Amino acid sequence: MTVDLSQFIPSFLEESFEGLELMESGLLDLELGDNETIHSIFRAAHSIKGGAGTFGFDNVTEFTHLVETLLDEMRNGQREIHSKDTEILLESVDCIRLLIEAARDEQDYDHDKIAQTSKRLTDTLGEAQLIDDADSTNSVVKCQGCGYTITFIPSHSLAQTGNDPIFLFSALAELGELTVCANTDDLPALMDIDAQELYLSWQLTLITDADKAEVIEIFEWVEDECVLTIDSLPNIVDEAPIQTLIITESSNIETDIESDKTEVSEQKNSPDAIINQPLSTSTKAIVVKQPDNDDKKKIVKNKGKADLGSIRVGVDKVDNLINLVGELVITQSMLSELGNDFDMANVERLTSGLEQLLQNTKELQESVMRIRMLPISFAFNRFPRLVHDLAIKTGKAMELVIKGEQTELDKTVMEQIGDPLVHLVRNAADHGIESSDIRVANGKPEKGTIALDAYHQGGNIVIEIHDDGAGIDTKKVLEKAIDKGLIDANATLTDSQIYDLLFEPGFSTAAAVTDISGRGVGMDVVKRNIQALGGRIQVESTLGKGSTFRVNLPLTLAILDGQLVKVGTETYIIPLLSIVESLQVDNNLVNHVSGDMVLYRLRDDNVPILPIYKLFNLEAQCTEINNALMVVVEADGQKIGLMVDDLLAQQQVVVKSLKDNYQHVGGISGATILGDGSVAMILDIPGMINMALEQAQKAQRLNNTGNSSLVAENYA
Amino acid sequence: MTKVLVVDDSNSIRDMVSFTLKSAGYQTVEAKDGKDGLSKAQTSDFDLVISDVNMPNMDGISLCAELRKLPNFKFTPVLMLTTESSTDMKMRGKAAGATGWLVKPFNPEKLLSTIKRVVK
Repeated sequence: MTVDLSQFIPSFLEESFEGLELMESGLLDLELGDNETIHSIFRAAHSIKGGAGTFGFDNVTEFTHLVETLLDEMRNGQREIHSKDTEILLESVDCIRLLIEAARDEQDYDHDKIAQTSKRLTDTLGEAQLIDDADSTNSVVKCQGCGYTITFIPSHSLAQTGNDPIFLFSALAELGELTVCANTDDLPALMDIDAQELYLSWQLTLITDADKAEVIEIFEWVEDECVLTIDSLPNIVDEAPIQTLIITESSNIETDIESDKTEVSEQKNSPDAIINQPLSTSTKAIVVKQPDNDDKKKIVKNKGKADLGSIRVGVDKVDNLINLVGELVITQSMLSELGNDFDMANVERLTSGLEQLLQNTKELQESVMRIRMLPISFAFNRFPRLVHDLAIKTGKAMELVIKGEQTELDKTVMEQIGDPLVHLVRNAADHGIESSDIRVANGKPEKGTIALDAYHQGGNIVIEIHDDGAGIDTKKVLEKAIDKGLIDANATLTDSQIYDLLFEPGFSTAAAVTDISGRGVGMDVVKRNIQALGGRIQVESTLGKGSTFRVNLPLTLAILDGQLVKVGTETYIIPLLSIVESLQVDNNLVNHVSGDMVLYRLRDDNVPILPIYKLFNLEAQCTEINNALMVVVEADGQKIGLMVDDLLAQQQVVVKSLKDNYQHVGGISGATILGDGSVAMILDIPGMINMALEQAQKAQRLNNTGNSSLVAENYA
Repeated sequence: MTKVLVVDDSNSIRDMVSFTLKSAGYQTVEAKDGKDGLSKAQTSDFDLVISDVNMPNMDGISLCAELRKLPNFKFTPVLMLTTESSTDMKMRGKAAGATGWLVKPFNPEKLLSTIKRVVK
């Protein structure tokens, strides 16, 4: 019978990653004498090792074995828990994760890192362990003879551990020809027999080519509950059976069979050679079997990859969903009954039925969305380790405080926000927190604090990364920006505008580029990633007190609150989150500048006006700027005014990807289907700003007369 | 039909053992740790118990010792799933009344051939 093991691999992987997380958080919290934690860490390692071996991830087993051994020594109290060992174990957790991920993705991994960590582990474990391992692998199995006489005298209580001699004998019979002879000498008188005791003993003769080790293995479970002697039968060595044995065994070997046969016939006359023969044949048989095993492993790995990821959903969420579907079915049957013989008298019932349907659908939609929602602790739980490592690398004392980890967020958003958050936390540790002596000198606690907080605000989730470090020195930022030519030397900027400079490409205030942050992939990437998720980032900072980076994200990417607008015959959707305000253009505030550029004076800002009909080449009703309707939107800290024909309703729309179904279209982030069945495009505000910028630059190149600084100021 | 209680905290291993046994015609009941296993054993009879050693709540050794105290489990074979590194675990298992052990990693074939040594 064959069982396809690959079906259990996704669950093994999920379990292993959970185990690794448990190990990591356990190791970070580990204190001397904390037996419960060390036990649970050990258990996790042990499970990973057991599963990995079973499902054919041998490199994981091998590596985890070392980790397990070290943990075992800690658990048994043979080894005191030093922070050095904890570091090695944390590193090992990374290695195991690396190995499992490589196995999952069928990719190669960093062999050097594994080898280095393995070496550190074996060094830590000491010489004794190595010798142990070597011994066990060197035990060479040899065929001792061709039969055995076995004396088996079980203890009277053998059956009470669930063992039954009959199964032992049938296992022996599978190895060869077995003769069983029971000895009833110890049998007491009938009156004295205890039905739960075993009084018999046996003399067995087994004619087999099996190794003695195989025979011993059968008695492995009972060896401490019996008197057992196994003697080889030397007299059985006989030419005929061995010869057939050799031929049948080597018939498995297709290529070498001819040469083997000749060898056999040549050796027939020399008994010594024949006795040696089985050994060499059996090694060949093993070699032949090897590709078989490899094939199996490959299949297992291939199937494991088909996994598209899974979500663990609380039972209450599923129950709620089932409940809602039940209600929906009731509403549906009510409506269809109403439709069977409809007359106008029932209009009121129809309306209320439809209202109920609306309510059901809305609740159902919310419930389904909730299934994709996971607590943000999934994204936060990597930070304790990160901050721990950063504290060691930077040599600064710091701790991490996490709040609001139960706040829920869409799985997709969560997956994509991880890296930007890591970057922000790294920045906080590297640039924010000062070294202990500076902190003490400034009257602050010696240990710096980095706080992560998450909470819901409206339809958004807000994630705050706060540090109580030095704060952002606006003067330094300004100097640097001028130095790098990002702004004009005479420009006057507000604090928040200065903070925004941090997100400019190529900006770095760290005096020296460190290993931790400031490696070129800067805050501009962070900001771009957040914007790609439809979110924004704000900075607050007080010099000497600390800084807060506030990330505002939509709860989900699948549904969007939108403003429907009309341009010509088309309906477009503007994400509500990006809208600043909608207004009617007052001609007195309009300035025509270079080329086609039109600016609108909106309080302190000069907002470029972008007629949508021009950008998308449409026939619009309204082409005059005067008195036109304009929606002011903001992205990348840049405001623009979108000229539209009409403002329609505001509604939630389900986002369908254009990229997946068609291809990427500039200025459009997706599409949706409206209530009347028509398709409406969702505007991509940052994309539109880029398009407008390119058009303006093109126009400027053609004219080559315009005021370059003005364009730069407005579109930078 | 031979009825087997499978006790393991790892879903993947438990699923694998249970699936293999079912495919071979055994009936299985699963438990996620020793405590769960014991409570299932208290309400039903089994022909065989296969249990992991390292589990939260109640480990396999304690489970085995507890099972041997139940009248219905006095002669029931109990197999422990161990790893090669835990030789003394085998001895502790025996001392607690375990019938035998199955060394991890094992494949379905090995599992089936091993349990043939204790049940029909």
